[in-house]
Amino acid sequence: MNTELTGVIFTYLLTLAIAIPLGRYIAKVFKGEKTWLDFLAPLDRFIFRFSGIDTKREMNWKQHLLALLTINSVWLVYAFVCLMAQGHLPLNPDANPGQSPDTAFNTAISFLVNCNLQHYSGESGATYFTQHFVFMFLHFVSAATGIAALVVVFRAMKDKVTDKLGNFWEYFVKSITRILLPISFVIAVIFAFNGMTTSYAGKDTFISMQGDTVHVSRGPVAPLVAIKHLGTNGGGWFGANSAHPIENPNYLTNTVELVAQVAIPIALVFALGFYLNKKKFAYVIFGVMTLGMLMLLIPTMNAELNGNPAIAKMGISQPTGAMEGKEVRFGPANSAYWSIVTTIISTGSVNSMHDSAMPVSGTMMLLGMMVNCFYGGCGVGILNFYIFIIVAVFISGLMVGRTPEFLGRKIEAREMKIASLIALLHPFIILVGLAISSYYVVNVAGADWAVKPSAWLNNPGTHGFSEMLYEYTSAAANNGSGFEGLGDGNIFWNYTTGIVMILGRFLPIIGPLAIAGLLANKKYIPESAGTLKSDTSTFGLMIFAVIVIIAALSFFPSLALGPIAEHFSLK
Amino acid sequence: MKTYLLPSIKLTLILIVLTAGIYPLAIAGIGKFTPGKGDGETITYKGRVVGYANIGQKFTKDEYFWGRPSSVDYNAAGSGGSNKGPSNPDYLKQVEGRIEDFLKHNPDVTRSQIPAELVTASGSGLDPDLSPAGAKVQVARVAKVRGLSVDAVNKLVDEHTEQPLLGLFGPAKVNVLKLNVALDGLKK
Repeated sequence: MNTELTGVIFTYLLTLAIAIPLGRYIAKVFKGEKTWLDFLAPLDRFIFRFSGIDTKREMNWKQHLLALLTINSVWLVYAFVCLMAQGHLPLNPDANPGQSPDTAFNTAISFLVNCNLQHYSGESGATYFTQHFVFMFLHFVSAATGIAALVVVFRAMKDKVTDKLGNFWEYFVKSITRILLPISFVIAVIFAFNGMTTSYAGKDTFISMQGDTVHVSRGPVAPLVAIKHLGTNGGGWFGANSAHPIENPNYLTNTVELVAQVAIPIALVFALGFYLNKKKFAYVIFGVMTLGMLMLLIPTMNAELNGNPAIAKMGISQPTGAMEGKEVRFGPANSAYWSIVTTIISTGSVNSMHDSAMPVSGTMMLLGMMVNCFYGGCGVGILNFYIFIIVAVFISGLMVGRTPEFLGRKIEAREMKIASLIALLHPFIILVGLAISSYYVVNVAGADWAVKPSAWLNNPGTHGFSEMLYEYTSAAANNGSGFEGLGDGNIFWNYTTGIVMILGRFLPIIGPLAIAGLLANKKYIPESAGTLKSDTSTFGLMIFAVIVIIAALSFFPSLALGPIAEHFSLK
Repeated sequence: MKTYLLPSIKLTLILIVLTAGIYPLAIAGIGKFTPGKGDGETITYKGRVVGYANIGQKFTKDEYFWGRPSSVDYNAAGSGGSNKGPSNPDYLKQVEGRIEDFLKHNPDVTRSQIPAELVTASGSGLDPDLSPAGAKVQVARVAKVRGLSVDAVNKLVDEHTEQPLLGLFGPAKVNVLKLNVALDGLKK
């Protein structure tokens, strides 16, 4: 077997080897059991005392949501102001200007919601101040928000009838001090010793071997790249993200970045099993998610390793596979693996340019974001999956003619209404956005705007359509990767994707929290012979079928017009 | 509202200090002990800095090994790929042009010997590497222009081929800048 494939398999196995013990550790942290990082307890206590927080005050699901939404609003305002003013703030060695209001609107939301769609380039559109004090800060807190919301749902799934679901601030702060920050620190040190820059010195200039004068953007990149992956954020320091040789210098850093982004989403699945003492249920979820990943990964690997048929026709050799938009040090096999994990998980960092990938790969990346719960983002992946579980329980209940129950609680009309709305929201915001932008490209192509709709698309025909589809899908899934040929740095795209991102973030957090909160308050019915067992492979297949029907099929027409049509035209 | 707003603001302040202040400063401190001292590792030739080890640069002269096409023209103040789709007719024309240009400069090479990476743009526009095949295919040209033996240049490429991680994972590669610096060193 060649070294490119062994590299991919090794990376995935290493991820599992880290994720399982990490899951046990995370469950311990939130159960309040002893862990080896307990020497950090004084730091937690100091943070709570400084902020005037009493962690003994338990909250119900509505209070949890109020706390979550309030602190997120504070960050939104803070980020927006900093981005507009960055030209006048310190730590700006390259003298970059402030962002325009529409770019700042988009960027602030983008980082707040863990999406990290970037309609600017890090080298010229941000300063060291905003990279650290806005982006890196939001990398931490947006990931912690997702984890904290998930822990509330874990807590609600216990068998006790209660409306007291713990303290939001405690879950949130511990996500940072006990999980994200210590692990990021270790990763950043590995990066620093592998050629990623860490100093605050600005651009450098040198004269090349051939005598050209070259400017090199640099910066304290390593700490940001660590949390960018660990927190499934994906917003990179440089325009080229993790394809950039400073942001991802070699195969080792690439492996660490890959492991870091998948570790927590998988660990949280196992944490669910440890937390509720339902390990078999966790295996079922993990099995469904892994099956989904493989079904997307294998066609992508195949397409990329076979190379571009249009280039093969020119008579040159593609010994490693399709190379447009890819880096030699990673190779197409690894880039294919990265492009799938970054889209099924809501990271959205890239180590190759997705716009130049084969149409089959593009289809698989889009499907990954359309489903958005094969592992999924930090915390929110399982929240999305939870919605599909509820729908699957309901449908299976109807099929066997019983009242649907999940973990000892009856699922009734109110919960089902919420679950259906959330499940339909995702296709709704993507397809409406796509319809509007397509209308502009076709009918108002010459509009007198700074960037005319006719100039949005970097590629003609079906591929251009895919660029727009990808952008809205990425925004709604809070992914952040892009078909970057799209001319998205203008008012139309900044505002429309900004709105899509904020809807695609908070409603899918509010929905599952509300359902879990309502269920926790209902009478607990102990398991009996008539109970639908949630920890069997039959139920796993049921969930998988629901995901395919709801998430994948609702997008089929748009996929057929975009990447699938391109695939059949490519000879 | 006060129950949530005030703690939110205070918590935000202290977490900014922790995650955006203390954490990166600690990493910057540790970075001082790394090979490039946290500023990035540079390559020196005859006492002059001629580039960064990890950042590709433009080589167009026949006497040097060429790197990959770059859609940012190796201007490291920015970065990015072409973002051209695989079926884009203009893009395919551009690739054909690169193939013809390469054949013109390397008359000993046939079409089927050209690996795709030499006629396709990298993702970052700053790719510092080639595959061993991408370097080998240029050996005849470089040797002829420099008046060196093909064997000597081949040997140099072999010496500069970096094997996969632990010999097991990932592709083998050749750093173009390091190879060209060594090439200039041969001449003396």
